[in-house]
Amino acid sequence: MTVRLLPCGRRAVLVELDDVLGFQAALSRLDLDGVEELVPAARTLLVRFDPSVTDAGRLGAALQRVSPVDSAVTDAGEVVIPVVYDGEDLADVAAETGVSVASLIERHTAGSYVSAFCGFAPGFAYLTGSDPALHVSRRSSPRTRIPAGSVAIAGEYSAVYPSASPGGWRLLGRTDVPVWDVERDPPNLLPPGTRVRFSAVPS
Amino acid sequence: MKLEIVRPGFTTTVQDLGRPGHAALGVGRSGAADRGSFRLANRLVGNPPEAAALEVTLGGLVLRASGLTTVAVTGASCPLSKGGLNGPITLWPGEELSLGTAVSGLRCYVAVRGGIDVPPVLGSRATDTLGKLGPPPVTAGMLLPVGPAPRAFPVVDLAPRAAWPDTPVLRVTPGPRRDWFASPDQLLSTVYTVSPDSDRVGIRLTGPPLLRARQDELPSEACVPGSLQVPPSGRPILFHADSPTTGGYPVIAVVEEEDLDLAAQLRPGQTVSFRPAS
Repeated sequence: MTVRLLPCGRRAVLVELDDVLGFQAALSRLDLDGVEELVPAARTLLVRFDPSVTDAGRLGAALQRVSPVDSAVTDAGEVVIPVVYDGEDLADVAAETGVSVASLIERHTAGSYVSAFCGFAPGFAYLTGSDPALHVSRRSSPRTRIPAGSVAIAGEYSAVYPSASPGGWRLLGRTDVPVWDVERDPPNLLPPGTRVRFSAVPS
Repeated sequence: MKLEIVRPGFTTTVQDLGRPGHAALGVGRSGAADRGSFRLANRLVGNPPEAAALEVTLGGLVLRASGLTTVAVTGASCPLSKGGLNGPITLWPGEELSLGTAVSGLRCYVAVRGGIDVPPVLGSRATDTLGKLGPPPVTAGMLLPVGPAPRAFPVVDLAPRAAWPDTPVLRVTPGPRRDWFASPDQLLSTVYTVSPDSDRVGIRLTGPPLLRARQDELPSEACVPGSLQVPPSGRPILFHADSPTTGGYPVIAVVEEEDLDLAAQLRPGQTVSFRPAS
């Protein structure tokens, strides 16, 4: 596996690689000195460290020796999200992907998803694993307000909006399941590594 | 003891040292933008370093203490109705303290003995203006609870600080996507101007655009505060306290953590430049 180390200030290094979650799982187990935080994203893992304990050179050498482990071993369980498929973009997405609305819902609920990383807003999880036929672009002009609980897709990702926010993703439906609740411990329902399924429920 | 907000000023939020360590959940560090000034304010009133204080952008705050207390104002230079900057100020029950408009620097910190005691969210009382965590921004009429006075007493009467530089230079190290730019060293030879639409999320800079050497779309990747992210306009944004945990535009360089306090005091219209960290 190729691992590219990219500089990111004096307190972090950005690791570019294919199996982000597998690499993260392996690194978490190694518990390297000075590593303070791991932040996965689409093709990278940010490794933030304490510069009084280690430095980019020493840590980089250690990172080059890490072999990813099967992240399924360390996964965070499976969550089923009930969805009312009545989103504003449902018909447009069906038309664009050349399938009926019923078939679109069937394909979206058939996928087994994994939370690859979080970003954009607290608790916003990027879920990978959707049917490639459902990969659609974002709206050219984002909506100014998307309600919390909206289930949406963009590119290779599906997501549940954790709180009301602006957004450019295509809306397929909505769920009552709160994916983010600061009163809950942990507040995030879908941390990276969580397996996710969507199930269609009547409105 | 409570602090009553008589006038909130331009923008005032409750801040502490933030909530590091939750970036994988999409939660940024947040906390005081100028951490050095924030820590000093706490030290001057005998608080532990993590006690929550007020961050006042451009001044204009008027507050009233319900009981006898000690406060301190640090950071941006602004006129005070009583006492002086960088030293403890005693407020009598019912007495007001008003901050004028900042004349140099951008952000003042007002610490009160005992700290602002709003309920913490994920271990911090900081307002994250992007992630919408912590207490809402301070408004007129708000009564902010103050915690019990710490055991330590203020021991310093005045902590003199150097004036804020007129033309600050921030130190940078190369960023992860430096090679995405046609002439990345242009960052070091340009004098940028701070745009008025800067905030706690990012300091937007105007100047000649940085041209890209490659046009592909960057998959989202984690960013740290200090990242100089370059959107399609070619004009860098210096990610600050409330910056997002991931971003989809290339980061050309990263400002040294030690220089982020200085960056937090940049005023709109002021010029700023960058030099390589030694």
